[in-house]
Amino acid sequence: MARVKQFLAWVEQTRLNYMPVYLDHAATSPIRPSVLAHYSKALEQVGNPAAVHSFGQSSRQMLEEARETIAASIGCDRNEVIFTSGGTESDNLAVKGLYWQRHGLDRNRTLIVTSSAEHAAVLDAVNWLVTEQGAEAHFVSMNDDGVLDLAELSDVLEKRSEQIALVSLMWANNEIGVVHPIQKITELAREYAIPVHSDAIAALGHIPVNFSASGLTAMTITGHKVGSPVGVGALVLARSEKLTPVLHGGGQERNFRSGTPDAAAASAMALAVKEAVEEQAQLEILHARLSARLVAGVREVAPDVKVSSEHAPRLANNVHFRFPGCLGDSLLFVLDINGVSVSTGSACAAGVSSPSHVVLSLGANSDEAMGTMRITFGHNSTEADVDAFLDAFPKAYEGAKKAGLTRR
Amino acid sequence: MKILAAMSGGVDSAVAAARAVEAGHEVVGVHLALSRMPGTLRTGSRGCCTVEDSMDAQRAANKIGIPFYVWDFSERFKQDVVDDFIAEYSAGRTPNPCMRCNERIKFAALLEKALALGFDALCTGHYASVEADAEGNLELHRSLAMNKDQSYVLGVLTEEQLKHSYFPIGKAANKEDIRKEAKVRELSVANKPDSYDICFIPEGDTRDWLSDKIELKPGSIVDSKGVELGRHDGALGYTVGQRKGLKIGRPAKDRQPRYVLEIRPKENVVVVGPEDALTISELSGEKFSWCGKAPDSSSEWFEAEVQVRAHGESHPCKLRVVAGQMVIRPNVPIRGISTGQTAVIYLGSRVLGQTTIDKTVSAVLEQV
Repeated sequence: MARVKQFLAWVEQTRLNYMPVYLDHAATSPIRPSVLAHYSKALEQVGNPAAVHSFGQSSRQMLEEARETIAASIGCDRNEVIFTSGGTESDNLAVKGLYWQRHGLDRNRTLIVTSSAEHAAVLDAVNWLVTEQGAEAHFVSMNDDGVLDLAELSDVLEKRSEQIALVSLMWANNEIGVVHPIQKITELAREYAIPVHSDAIAALGHIPVNFSASGLTAMTITGHKVGSPVGVGALVLARSEKLTPVLHGGGQERNFRSGTPDAAAASAMALAVKEAVEEQAQLEILHARLSARLVAGVREVAPDVKVSSEHAPRLANNVHFRFPGCLGDSLLFVLDINGVSVSTGSACAAGVSSPSHVVLSLGANSDEAMGTMRITFGHNSTEADVDAFLDAFPKAYEGAKKAGLTRR
Repeated sequence: MKILAAMSGGVDSAVAAARAVEAGHEVVGVHLALSRMPGTLRTGSRGCCTVEDSMDAQRAANKIGIPFYVWDFSERFKQDVVDDFIAEYSAGRTPNPCMRCNERIKFAALLEKALALGFDALCTGHYASVEADAEGNLELHRSLAMNKDQSYVLGVLTEEQLKHSYFPIGKAANKEDIRKEAKVRELSVANKPDSYDICFIPEGDTRDWLSDKIELKPGSIVDSKGVELGRHDGALGYTVGQRKGLKIGRPAKDRQPRYVLEIRPKENVVVVGPEDALTISELSGEKFSWCGKAPDSSSEWFEAEVQVRAHGESHPCKLRVVAGQMVIRPNVPIRGISTGQTAVIYLGSRVLGQTTIDKTVSAVLEQV
């Protein structure tokens, strides 16, 4: 009897998990099998990396090797890698830390130059500094493809260089996939010795990311988007720079970040970053092919679909659609119950999507901003994933179109 | 069948969804987000609309083993229920927002979306049952659990909507059985308190909630002949049948207390009178509908029962439709009916139809 029950449970599970297809790597990517094996072994290591005894020293060794591996993978000095709990903490540390540092030295520096399409971890930190700390924000304009207006940036840098505390502009946009010319941006800022921070989370593993060549002062990366466990990331901060910490305590990470470092997680992240960077060029070719097939297939079914940032430099692993007259939520729903998991791309609170602030900042109206769907590929994506998506899509589109926009 | 189970986060809808699964249907759970800025935690006796409720619904869906999603109906809910509620009060009427929600959100927007996305029916945890008559026509009936019966708020459903409605706990004898069943099914919502208040009024104080949405201006309190008896600080703050807080200096000739009989928003006037004058001998409305198959002939008076409150009693009446109006004459005049309320018509346990009350005729003042 128990075995029959077990069998029925298995049948049910199989039905529910029937070949699920994961196409939301920009939200989080599956842990790499190699990283999982490495991580579970690393978790056996006892010892606080700050302890003097041999256990502590072993943990310290693991942590420092992770730092070196990451430094080698992203082209920075090992001392420039500050481990954090992830992207949100790194962005907060960079934006608030650099602002407090620069504003503390020169009270006239109250201006933060950023864009309205940044990740919430940057935008919300900036908004907090504006509302609570008397900072001022300048949002660099973009065109409909999300391409930043560098002439405007140059103009602001020139006219207000004395008041600017920092520039924070992401390397690639996590929602629409547009890639910003980070080197050009840092060249513009260098003339006025203004520090530039960039959130490179969406870029890492998908385009070449080299910290020293980029000219950046600070750069945010995180592990779980390239196949490490969630909960570990880093802020890469140039040796020459200082910032004011957000967390106060033991000062473990270069005195800028306190808290016992998670050596095992750092080690797992290092392996994931290393593998992601090593296979980046190859994956980019594969992802470009998958994206092209996917866009062509969707266009056949929905000729009026808009592909965001289509004519701009963009990430090969990201496809972002805007469907006139239907809700992204409806598309996601039908695709998901048919075993294909995608995203609307926008922030989500308790399962409710808001209109995407990124799409709104491209000049779309709120209906258009609700009709979005984001597909992102990662390290284990295959042609079969695109096949499954294209199989499920027509029915989802038909339903979502019928359900329409007004029923919200 | 492919069933979409609306899950509020309460015990009834959770058990309903579980029963739908057991009946062999393919079930997907959906929680309706009715506010863009939902509160984090539930306060007081509210039973829906918070993030906590959404999580409760999700945990129940996990336990039952069905996929779960949140659908955002906040804009529709604001337009069709909240704004309507404010507009009705502004017009001096007393609306029933749960009814509007069933009429325009749950069994309209939600059901339409479910059908468009490939579902056959909508499952809810309402206490009422859908049954077929001898010819296969669908009828809505009262729940056996009379103190929980929700057939009143479903009176707005049409024949088409009944076809796609599924109330798996509609035949439950009482709420305690449902709670016990939830416990057996290990649903953590088993002991969750019932919701009583209007879900979008957090503190449960309707007048206070309305006060910053409707402008209140001082005006006169008059008797039925128009003689000013006192002043009020905002006619829309009063409800028909109210006795306390009138602050009328001059006592009535018969020394009997006076009650609010009518609110006239345009003139900003509150009409008061003796208790007798609250009794209504006829009510009518043009926004009426039949629940299921319409009666063969409704132009001549026929016998039925009318219920004017969600948990009130039903009153024998005569009914007919004339000049586009559903006209209802209670056999014995009913006390305390306000325009805006819904009159639901029953034939025994069957819900026959409903109308929003536009007009009432006082049993006493008619003769004055």
